[in-house]
Amino acid sequence: MTTTTPVAFDRRPDEYRHWRLRVDGEVAWLELDVDEQGGLVPGYELKLNSYDLGVDIELYDATQRLRFEHPEVRVVIVTSAKDKVFCAGANIRMLAASEHHWKVNFCKFTNETRNGMEDATEHSGQVYVAAVNGTCAGGGYEIALACEKIFLIDDNSSTVALPEVPLLGVLPGTGGLTRVVDKRRVRRDLADVFATRPDGVKGKTAVDWRLVDELVPRQDFREKVLEKARELARQSEKPADQGIELTPLEHRYVDIDVAGNQATITVKGPENDPGDLHEEGAGGWFLAMTRELDDTILRLRTNEVEAGTWILRTQGDPAKVLAHEQAVLGQKDWLANEITHYFKRTLKRLDVTSRSLIALIEPGSCFTGALLEIALAADRQYILDGPPIDDEDSDERASIQLTDANFGAFPMGNGLTRLQARFYGDEDHLAWLAREKNRELSPAEALELGLVTDAPDDLDWEDEIRIALEGRASLSPDALTGMEANHRFVGPETIETKIFGRLAAWQNWIFTRPNASGPEGALRRYGTGQKAVFDRKRV
Amino acid sequence: MPEKIDYDAKIPNNVNLAEDRRLQRALEGWQPKFLHWWGEMGPTLETQGVYLRTAVSVGREGWAHFDHVNVPDYRWGIFLAERDPDRRIAFGEHQGEPVWQQVPGEYRADLQRLIVIQGDTEPASVEQQKLLGLTAPSLYDLRNLFQVNVEEGRHLWAMVYLLHAYFGREGRDEAEGLLMRNSGSPDAPRILGAFNEETADWLAFYMFTYFTDRDGKYQLGTLKESSFDPLSRTCEFMLKEEAHHMMVGTTGVDRVVTRSAELIREHDTYDIGPHGGIPLDIIQKYLNFHYTVSLDLFGSETSTNAANYYTAGLKGRWQETRRRDDHKLTEDARTLERPNGDGTWTTEELQAILLLNLDLRSEYMADCQTGVKRWNKILADAGVDHTFRLPHPGFNREVGINSGHHVTPDGTIVDEATWEAGKRKWLPTTEDLTFVRSLMRPVYERGKIASWVAPPRQGINGKPIDYEYVYLT
Repeated sequence: MTTTTPVAFDRRPDEYRHWRLRVDGEVAWLELDVDEQGGLVPGYELKLNSYDLGVDIELYDATQRLRFEHPEVRVVIVTSAKDKVFCAGANIRMLAASEHHWKVNFCKFTNETRNGMEDATEHSGQVYVAAVNGTCAGGGYEIALACEKIFLIDDNSSTVALPEVPLLGVLPGTGGLTRVVDKRRVRRDLADVFATRPDGVKGKTAVDWRLVDELVPRQDFREKVLEKARELARQSEKPADQGIELTPLEHRYVDIDVAGNQATITVKGPENDPGDLHEEGAGGWFLAMTRELDDTILRLRTNEVEAGTWILRTQGDPAKVLAHEQAVLGQKDWLANEITHYFKRTLKRLDVTSRSLIALIEPGSCFTGALLEIALAADRQYILDGPPIDDEDSDERASIQLTDANFGAFPMGNGLTRLQARFYGDEDHLAWLAREKNRELSPAEALELGLVTDAPDDLDWEDEIRIALEGRASLSPDALTGMEANHRFVGPETIETKIFGRLAAWQNWIFTRPNASGPEGALRRYGTGQKAVFDRKRV
Repeated sequence: MPEKIDYDAKIPNNVNLAEDRRLQRALEGWQPKFLHWWGEMGPTLETQGVYLRTAVSVGREGWAHFDHVNVPDYRWGIFLAERDPDRRIAFGEHQGEPVWQQVPGEYRADLQRLIVIQGDTEPASVEQQKLLGLTAPSLYDLRNLFQVNVEEGRHLWAMVYLLHAYFGREGRDEAEGLLMRNSGSPDAPRILGAFNEETADWLAFYMFTYFTDRDGKYQLGTLKESSFDPLSRTCEFMLKEEAHHMMVGTTGVDRVVTRSAELIREHDTYDIGPHGGIPLDIIQKYLNFHYTVSLDLFGSETSTNAANYYTAGLKGRWQETRRRDDHKLTEDARTLERPNGDGTWTTEELQAILLLNLDLRSEYMADCQTGVKRWNKILADAGVDHTFRLPHPGFNREVGINSGHHVTPDGTIVDEATWEAGKRKWLPTTEDLTFVRSLMRPVYERGKIASWVAPPRQGINGKPIDYEYVYLT
């Protein structure tokens, strides 16, 4: 299945087709009610609250709005508006008909959205709870797993299940396996039983095995869940703040230029000094830039699959970037906190993007503090040591600047800062970098400090960059994806890194194998009444 | 600030150097290193001027200018053959497409490697021949030595130009590396074995320019077919100059054989050593040695690298465009003689594309045979009953399927003991080398010549044989 219409990622709650978002004081209801005919691309029906990318895009929009527009919300109840069905997971016919890259990208986005739910629970005091009111299978249970608490309807029939292995010959690949053992600490042998049972586990056993937290009687299910939610909300100290509106996106601060197998992303610095964060709202530079960058990453990933190299540039006044950064970072303010975490999540998107990322630091750029993180997220950084290429008489020179932003504000998925990842285990070097904070670093200094890959001068610049980019473009995209992912994530493992690394890598391997995707494979045979034929060799 | 070099004067070129600041700077940075290398590793003998040929254009007519030049002031230039705007790729998977004016990213590493290996051979021979000027048999020969040396230097420039112009910083690093490695150095030897052997005497020099420079001719011939047009054009022009080096070798061996035949007749003995000549069996041993180390330069008979280079269009076959096949070679077969442990030979049939090194080597071997014919004709005309022979290609090999086997010059596979016993008959011994060296006394007087070699039949550029080709102090 190829989609010729580019996928857009901006949504509005009054136009949702699959979700209903209702805010009731400190509790919000997020109800899944999938429109069967509302698939993103034609060719499948979204039965039983099964989802595709379009359903997920709305969920992402809802989680973002809850954080920015409804900071008063302390508990988010995720449930289903359909009777006896919570969510059947990703739509199988959609998966079976999708090209490999589509499946992988869809899973990645799904994972990021679920990680975002956990991030809201942890950093915004917005606790997600799942009210599982019916069939909850595969990706449906994975949504529940991303919540802090799982309430399962005690109707003697509703189960939670991960039926991917027995039914489809693939993995519960959007966090399921990892969260069951890592987050919920289900014993591994029980997890094994659970993940090989197509019908799942219900009732007391589900509680005993820690697959869910509590059973809730069928009678007055919603009221009881609400009660529990209010109780949770009472424990929270989150003040009831006034939100800001996430107005429709304008692309003011991020330019994209796609040419052949290359995309250039230019992030522009602010035009003005920062005003009042709350008055500026979504119009303030930091938030607007982050939203646009987020949107850009998602669009390029989905719509420009052949643009294998992303060139990351910035343009603007470093001093103004710094002023805006200081108005946000470390401020005791819910909005500043939200912007910080949003930018953190957006950088994490870069970290797990399967594209070669090359940062070009030129005169007129503003790779300062928070924006320097964009360059540090890249696989390579080149800084121009000389005048601008098109104006050799200019005095303007490139520089970069380290600030507090580079020392903990925006950790990667493995819990390290990008500097810690870059200089893994080299505490002396990190201490040296900390001493060089808050001043402009020349290209030569940047090179000496190990913050850039190379600093070609104006005569060499075009040639060196061209050679680097050509060389990149000639390599196997698959090998690059694997290599980059390995280099980007040094050091410790977290649930997040395991999901994007181990789980996704195994899943993507399985996706390409005949046992899943071949004409007689489980994905293709699902729902045809015919059994899958497996190649029995263990690999 | 280094003094600005006037490139049009200092480096004659037809690559629009004046327009390219980056390339200018790169070559400016490299030039002093080259001159330093030339001072350290180039000819030891000081001269006041050598009658040299300098390339001044690449057209068919009058590309060379002859005059006495102070060698360090020789105008090393960068010359590419004229560009054919309609040239298309003649072979491999890109056959029929226009040739490349820039290096395609996917072939960058391979092309760089090919150019570095070729480039590494150029200064190596200068290093090998460093001391020969001190024992030149005549001013004519001395001039030829310098001519060969400065042109090897120019060929180094040609390769460095490609590295600088198309391979960025890495190319510059590699270009410096070409001056860092030295022939025979224990720490940083030249890349290929033959270029680490000593060229200790003038017979070795003639043999080297006949056999080893001829390998260069064939390698350049394959690169001339390259889809990377600047490389192709560079090599095309180098081939023009290389022809002279082989002339030096061919006529050099001619003259040694002629002189030896004269002495054999004069003294009615093959044992002409005491009469100041080089015996025919020593000439044969030198031939055996230089021919076989040159065969090693062709690499392994079966080569997937060569096959990949061919398919990619980086390196063709000798005279590729004149070959009558599909220029893809995936369907063609070719046979290979493989030595066995039990002393027999097996004939194997393989895909032609895997045997490209063998293909090139066969062309080379046939070419070498013509030289042997010439020298045998000289002996026959002089009534000397002796025949020179090219040894079997399995003889004395360090590279490819024959390495690890002991094969005699006539192609018999023998055991270690037999080999050790026979080696003295087939390859130059220490005594042979010492003897030849004993004959190497310089002759710097106009029109005079050493005892062991006949005078040339004609001079250079129409000048008489006794012309003062070299001004010495």
